[in-house]
Amino acid sequence: MSEPNDSKTPVVDEIQASATLNRREFLKLLGGGIIVFVTVGDAEALFQEQARRGGIGYPADFNAYLRIGQNGRVTCFTGKIEQGQGPMTALPQMLAEDLEVPLDSVDIILGDTDLCPWDMGTFGSQCIRAFGPVLRAAAAEARVVLTELASEKLKVPADELQAKDGTIFVIKNPASRVTYAELAQGKTIERHVTVKPPLKKPAEFKVIGKPQLKREAKDKITGKAQYAGDIRLPGMLYARVLRPPAHGAKLKKMDSGEATKLGGVQVIQDGDLIAALHPYPDVAGAALALIKADYDLPETGLDDKNIFDHLMKNAPPPGKPVAEGGNLAEGAKLAATSFDETYLNSYVAHSTIETHTALVDFKDGKATVWASTQAPFRLKDEIAQTLGIPSQNVHVIMPFVGAGFGGKTRNTQAVQAARLAKLVGKPVQVAWTREDEFFNDTFRPAAIVKIKSGITNSGQIVFWDYEVMYAGNRSSEQFYSIPHHRTVARGDWGGGAPSAHPFDVGAWRAPGSNTNVFARESQIDIMAAKAGIDPLEFRMMNLTDKRMQRILKAVADKFGWSPAKAPSGRGVGVSCADYNGTYVAAMAEVSVDKSSGRIQVKRAVCSHDSGVAVNPEGMALQIEGCLTMGMGYALTEEVHFKGRQILDLNFDSYQIPRYSWLPKIETVIIDSPELPISGGGEPAIINMGAVIANAIFDATGARLFQLPMTPERVKAALK
Amino acid sequence: MQETIQFQLNGKAVRLDVDSDRMLLWVLRTDLGLTGAKFGCGEGYCGACTVLVNNEAVRSCQTPVKTVKGKTVVTIEGLSMSGLHPLQEAFIKHDATQCGFCTPGMVMTAYSLLLTNPKPSQKEILNAMEGNLCRCGSHTRVLQAIQTAAASAKAGVRK
Repeated sequence: MSEPNDSKTPVVDEIQASATLNRREFLKLLGGGIIVFVTVGDAEALFQEQARRGGIGYPADFNAYLRIGQNGRVTCFTGKIEQGQGPMTALPQMLAEDLEVPLDSVDIILGDTDLCPWDMGTFGSQCIRAFGPVLRAAAAEARVVLTELASEKLKVPADELQAKDGTIFVIKNPASRVTYAELAQGKTIERHVTVKPPLKKPAEFKVIGKPQLKREAKDKITGKAQYAGDIRLPGMLYARVLRPPAHGAKLKKMDSGEATKLGGVQVIQDGDLIAALHPYPDVAGAALALIKADYDLPETGLDDKNIFDHLMKNAPPPGKPVAEGGNLAEGAKLAATSFDETYLNSYVAHSTIETHTALVDFKDGKATVWASTQAPFRLKDEIAQTLGIPSQNVHVIMPFVGAGFGGKTRNTQAVQAARLAKLVGKPVQVAWTREDEFFNDTFRPAAIVKIKSGITNSGQIVFWDYEVMYAGNRSSEQFYSIPHHRTVARGDWGGGAPSAHPFDVGAWRAPGSNTNVFARESQIDIMAAKAGIDPLEFRMMNLTDKRMQRILKAVADKFGWSPAKAPSGRGVGVSCADYNGTYVAAMAEVSVDKSSGRIQVKRAVCSHDSGVAVNPEGMALQIEGCLTMGMGYALTEEVHFKGRQILDLNFDSYQIPRYSWLPKIETVIIDSPELPISGGGEPAIINMGAVIANAIFDATGARLFQLPMTPERVKAALK
Repeated sequence: MQETIQFQLNGKAVRLDVDSDRMLLWVLRTDLGLTGAKFGCGEGYCGACTVLVNNEAVRSCQTPVKTVKGKTVVTIEGLSMSGLHPLQEAFIKHDATQCGFCTPGMVMTAYSLLLTNPKPSQKEILNAMEGNLCRCGSHTRVLQAIQTAAASAKAGVRK
């Protein structure tokens, strides 16, 4: 049996992580060489924040660093995690670019809380957008340091030297050269960057923008890649946790007599946590099934049908407008035709194929944790609190994560494992069953959008009054050229009014944006149809944002869009959006089976502009993934519930996209090198509700106002 | 029932003293330390636990270990024992993984397809893969990888 995480961290064999370290010890831990720390933002504030969090076990006045080892290999350390979205491949590209080293000499360590700089968590498409520039600054500064060292060694002024492929040479005499490895020999050099060093300009990029295959692919296709559930420790027990029949159910009595008759089974009750443990996970599961528990069930009278009335009645008050301009009453006077529509979307599950899993080893007052989490540093604090130990005594090691999409920002399973490990005195793995996963999920909130808008006789949008409830403001701000407009959000994607939802809700890939773009781009299409104008042309004529016009044109060219007013009977649709600075547009072609109401997406094309695509290969894959996954929330995905009982608990009733759904998918990646590099893990999913709804309208003349657009809802709309 | 079970696992004879009603997935992952096959749903809906029994793709979470007595079992670990299988090479070439959790099951289902149908049509591939779920949306790439592997003469049974 291999050691834990050996396929994951190729270079840490020389680094033995431990508890609290001063800077000298920390540098020693990293193995010497040249280490460059970067502090972006207010260093003192960052330090205070770390101190407030109880210390993190190593010097904390920086938020990124890299090491150039004495063997010439370069290691970058990031608190981000790999969940399939590709930072393990793209971040080394960013480092290699500014450090001038071959890409294959770069190693990356992700999410290890003893080794990596503190990080809030991996979400919001921020690996490249937020962490990337910090890493590049560290790389650029390292190059400055290396050039200074080379200048001393070669006795040539630094401005006569050039760095390339891990070597520094004299520009006029390239034979006079020294490698980074030679420069790092016998040195432990620490550098801090507080002033931004000069980064390469996009025109100079050699590594950024060059397609790279996933660096961990071989481990993933051979079964060698380890996830939290694959880590084995001597003497470990597997726990299965008892799931109540409904949220808020109160345990009346519990009888574990039959369960404990199975050899080797331990049943633990610790307050609300009841679990069966055994050296085999399946035996623990069999034992759990023998536990008899009676509960008092809460009664709410709510279900997936009446929930929207309930939510509207309980909607939180509007906050400060997200955007406003002009005067809505004036705008209404200018309108020849006005529209007043309401859009709904249901609760949606994350349903990653890997369920929440964690292994906790707690001994001698220290805990080591392997967990499927998007937020290892938050987890570290949670485990410390659970076990009553200082935060620096907790070490979270990141295996691969079997996707998260926001669902694995909550670490309940790891906290359960910590509680059980403390009670039984052995390492404990908690792996949720699929049913546990659905039950405990923080669903994408059901949400409501109300839009009032109006156009002139020539099809100019003159007012836009937008109110979103429960989804939050992301991607809600409209970007059309509308003289009189207001956008208001009531509650955020974290749920808005905590008591309004019958269970917990949270971030789901591109939180809020899927709701907002479905509503806005459907409303735009409704107005275009009423105006009798081709929906692409209608958008273009109401836009002054050149970048949005360009992204629309790019998708139209690829799709081969030919103008016609909808419904044209062809079943084609368009949608466009802005996700935190990434511009995306989509076109789709659908067929509608009018007797069954079933939709088949035949083609999906997406154009994507995130500044510069660091790894166009990975970016294309993220876009394809978004389009594929997005068909699910558009067409089938909906959590059914009665009271606080979840009715969809496995993939038999909860249908996610599968092979038979597969449209022909095409992507167009365009660059805006003058803009900062922005994210790509989420944006392309956000058009999928609207582009399919608009294509259904184009095919049939029927307008769908609720996601998902199930066969029943399609048939109802066709009547 | 506790009994001694023998079968061929990735080319080697295995002899186990085991409760033979337990599911193959857990015996592989826990008793035998082969963690390539994954738990995804426990009901046979997702395909993450797919392995081959006598060259046929089965859901190991639904396969009592007593049913593989005397049979040949191949897991993802067994596929690359003498170098990567062309199917695995094609998965790399087409960047056909994202989180990678469903990947072992995908590869094994595709491998089983190519054993019985070395030149499948696109429709046959989609049909064969229908029961394997991927949440990240790598379907397009997996399809391309299977097509590439099928076009390679080397695909097929590895002795």
